[in-house]
Amino acid sequence: MRALHVPLLAAALALSGCAVEPWVKPYERANFADPLMSFDRDPVAGAYTNHVREAREGARGADGGHGGGCGCN
Amino acid sequence: MAATKLRRWLIFGGALSVCLPLAAAVLPEDRADVLYHAYDGGGVEISGPSLLLRKTFKDLFSVSANYYVDDVTSASIDVVTTASAYTEKRTQTSLGLDYLRGKTTLSGNFTRSSENDYEANTASFSISQDMFGDLTTVRLGYSLGWDTVGRNGDDNFKEDVRRQHYRLGVSQILTKSLLLDLSWEAITDEGFLNNPYRQVRFIDDGNPNGYGYQPELYPHTRTSNAVALRGLYYLPYRAVLKAGYRYFTDTWGIDAHTVELGYSHPIKERWIVDLGYRWYSQTAADFYSDLFPYQDAQNFLARDKELSTFTSHTFSLGLSYQFAQGGWGFIDRGSLNLGLDHVRYEYDDFRDLRADGVPAGSEPLYSYSANVLKLFISLWY
Repeated sequence: MRALHVPLLAAALALSGCAVEPWVKPYERANFADPLMSFDRDPVAGAYTNHVREAREGARGADGGHGGGCGCN
Repeated sequence: MAATKLRRWLIFGGALSVCLPLAAAVLPEDRADVLYHAYDGGGVEISGPSLLLRKTFKDLFSVSANYYVDDVTSASIDVVTTASAYTEKRTQTSLGLDYLRGKTTLSGNFTRSSENDYEANTASFSISQDMFGDLTTVRLGYSLGWDTVGRNGDDNFKEDVRRQHYRLGVSQILTKSLLLDLSWEAITDEGFLNNPYRQVRFIDDGNPNGYGYQPELYPHTRTSNAVALRGLYYLPYRAVLKAGYRYFTDTWGIDAHTVELGYSHPIKERWIVDLGYRWYSQTAADFYSDLFPYQDAQNFLARDKELSTFTSHTFSLGLSYQFAQGGWGFIDRGSLNLGLDHVRYEYDDFRDLRADGVPAGSEPLYSYSANVLKLFISLWY
């Protein structure tokens, strides 16, 4: 029986997750529409900055370039 | 140009290509950016333009194009101690397409980079999906890169590199003012990964300075993983706090930590001030040494300071002036922007060989500062 608990719990979570009520309503999201609220407000500058770093560091990837160079929000 | 650096630039090219909206599924805004960049530090000067254009069609497609140039003059510490100063030019072009369908965005991009001894291509694809009332965005991405490495003065030298990137990310709106983003990226490289010019040094009592040189030699494979958590918090008086942490590890033995803090503050209607600080620290690759005990001491040999143990501190200042806020002709609005970064690099096991009369291995540790300028104009239309 115990072996069933995990899949049942996972299924319950998944099903409830699909029906989750957004706890931040659309009309409460004005702050996210502000251009300041962006990880990469200016993609052309952000991409260049990531490029400067990657050329001089051993680490790479997951660098916040959701965006780099794309003009996305 | 250093092959390792070039490879990283292409990784940058791939990252530049893949982009997905963060919150509700919308296509990126139509805008044009013209940037002049300049880097000056450690005997290296790099400058050039970057142009980015983006245009939406039928509210379904967004096309982007980027043209980027690096004009390099290098008399870096590596160059002045083992070679001669050089100049070169790298040109990168990319084309991208985003397609929005409901809450799903599909993106594709192709980037090509060319210089006299390195050609690189990257094709990227990604998908993002908004869910749970648009509070959550999940992103998946894949990039494939194929490069050709050359060596100036040796027409017979031609090597290949194959790169693959796997990306996974989740953005989550937690409160009315807090957004978190968790991302993971794995990268695998295969092929000629070292620099065809760079040398390592080893103890050689037969030389007057106590050491000799031999070419560096890297493994032909590398796999890395990076995971990052970033957050944005909107303050009550219209300003934004930013914070981020990234952990990196790879099969070459490098572990790195990055911490970033930022603050964006508008002044009156037209100005935005950005302040930032970034701390970066890494351990050395397993096969790195500033001074090997003898020639051919190991299977793999590196003396690239980017594979050494070091720490850097970056202080950033940005100023942005908004103009034409009420529209001007076909332009909806514009901004004029200045970004300045000051970076301090401090190496723990990379020595400055310009010191004279010092026994091999006891030269002072190397450090330098760099200034990075970003001057650009952005137009939304």
